[in-house]
Amino acid sequence: MAETAGAVEVTEAAGPPEVVFVERSRLVEGVRAYGLIATMWLRSTMAYRASFAMTAFGNFAVTAFDFVAILLMFQHVDALGGYTLAEIALLYGASGTAFGLADLVMGSMDRLGRRVRDGTLDTLLVRPVPVLAQVAADRFALRRMGRITQGALVLGYALVTLDIGWTPLKVAMIPLMLLSGAAIFAAVFVAGAAFQFVAQDASEVQNSFTYGGNTLLQYPPSIFSKDLVRGVTFVVPLAFVNWLPALYVLGRDYPLGLPDWVAFLPPVVAGLCWLLAGLAWRSGLRAYRSTGS
Amino acid sequence: MGVDAVRLYAVVAAGGFRRYATYRTATAAGVFTNTVFGFIMAYTYVALWDERPQLGGYDMPQALTYVWLGQALLMTCAMMGGGFEDELIERIRTGDVAVDLYRPVDLQLWWLAGDLGRAAFHLLGRGIVPMLLGSLAFDLALPASPGVWLAFLVSVALGVVVSFAIRYLVALSAFWLLDGAGVSQMTALAGMFFSGMLLPLTLFPGVLGDVARVLPWSSLLQVPADVLLGKSTGWGLVEAYAFQGGWALTLLLVGRLVQSVATRRVVVQGG
Repeated sequence: MAETAGAVEVTEAAGPPEVVFVERSRLVEGVRAYGLIATMWLRSTMAYRASFAMTAFGNFAVTAFDFVAILLMFQHVDALGGYTLAEIALLYGASGTAFGLADLVMGSMDRLGRRVRDGTLDTLLVRPVPVLAQVAADRFALRRMGRITQGALVLGYALVTLDIGWTPLKVAMIPLMLLSGAAIFAAVFVAGAAFQFVAQDASEVQNSFTYGGNTLLQYPPSIFSKDLVRGVTFVVPLAFVNWLPALYVLGRDYPLGLPDWVAFLPPVVAGLCWLLAGLAWRSGLRAYRSTGS
Repeated sequence: MGVDAVRLYAVVAAGGFRRYATYRTATAAGVFTNTVFGFIMAYTYVALWDERPQLGGYDMPQALTYVWLGQALLMTCAMMGGGFEDELIERIRTGDVAVDLYRPVDLQLWWLAGDLGRAAFHLLGRGIVPMLLGSLAFDLALPASPGVWLAFLVSVALGVVVSFAIRYLVALSAFWLLDGAGVSQMTALAGMFFSGMLLPLTLFPGVLGDVARVLPWSSLLQVPADVLLGKSTGWGLVEAYAFQGGWALTLLLVGRLVQSVATRRVVVQGG
């Protein structure tokens, strides 16, 4: 029951070959179930088309307003923390797109607390489908494409405007950054959901790391205190979503004086995050006791 | 309104307060989130005011006070929506609202009373701690005079009524749209942007700034913030109250009008 897509990837790397086969089928099963549930929600959403159009646009606009705020700031200054508008746009676009992808796939995880409280999680437990896939696909919201679109547009603007000395490594860094970043954020969503097994009403804590993390990463690390930067580098490794890889692309130094090759760690960090999040999810699910109501 | 009616709405308001006060873990989690966002925004403001001291007529401590005030009032004035309208929308969608309309209480005042109770709790439970933590970490420009604090509280109360009146209209839209998610989200956006939550409205350039400052949403944060920061005193304070009170009355009246149209013309959903 506690087998999850997240934990599966891990065992796959560490386990013996014959286990790999069994586990992979479990992973495929999870992905397939996710697809089916997501499709169902898509059709349900499309029953109210006006609302879908408005919420998709709203999703686009809610993040766009964040960027408008940055544009308004740049009405008054030429640089913020030593970074130009185009450089901040790169940070913003990368973080926004990565977060948008994670939010689209895993954003429903923060409803777990509610499911525990009202007892509907039990329904998911008796179905022959990985629970993680069911929770993640629950109320799958295509409107979240709005956020991805907005992030990608700002990223595009940054890439066109910036005068970067492109090398093959720097080119490869862009997709690597977006995918690893999305994976890191997705792991945060899963870990946050696991935490809700313990504290059902604390779903807002998760927002600090997801939405809050996204907001933090939109600005250059130079404006934050060293302790805060250390915290998001070594404790909750959000800095690997965009700060380190983007600063490599920009040819800038990271405030903590980390070596250059750190910029290539995001996939490793993402894997580690998934390992920890998977373990947390597993133990959360194992410890789950129904409210009985 | 008789004494009984006043007592009734007072009870409803107390209920609204108690309802939110029940969820202590959620409140603690919310305080944590407000504090995190407060820190992130405060650092961006420090970077901005480092470059341009006196930007928008605020000095650095005032700008930082503005940030933490925004976090303190975010839930109180429900800038991103929430509080009651989801519940009312659901009652309209399912048709339960028909029962509400038969009750011997005024629908709008009933929800207003509950929302005022909620706001009072959010001011105490979600407002004070982030503000305290912010004042420990940053140098804030908090007034020493109790008079200013009192004036500020009045302004916050008016802001809550304006916010309620807007959200009530949002909820009523469900009579026509059935699913209020789209309208709710649009209003949440407008609330975030035009209340001054992202950036003080005094920093908005030209026409955008002029428009933003006269829209009702500025009552939610910009106006109370200016009262607390001592920007609105004497006649300025009277003007601020008149502005908020004017919007509150207008929007409440529009709400009643829309409600009477809705209840007359729209067939209630349900079995």
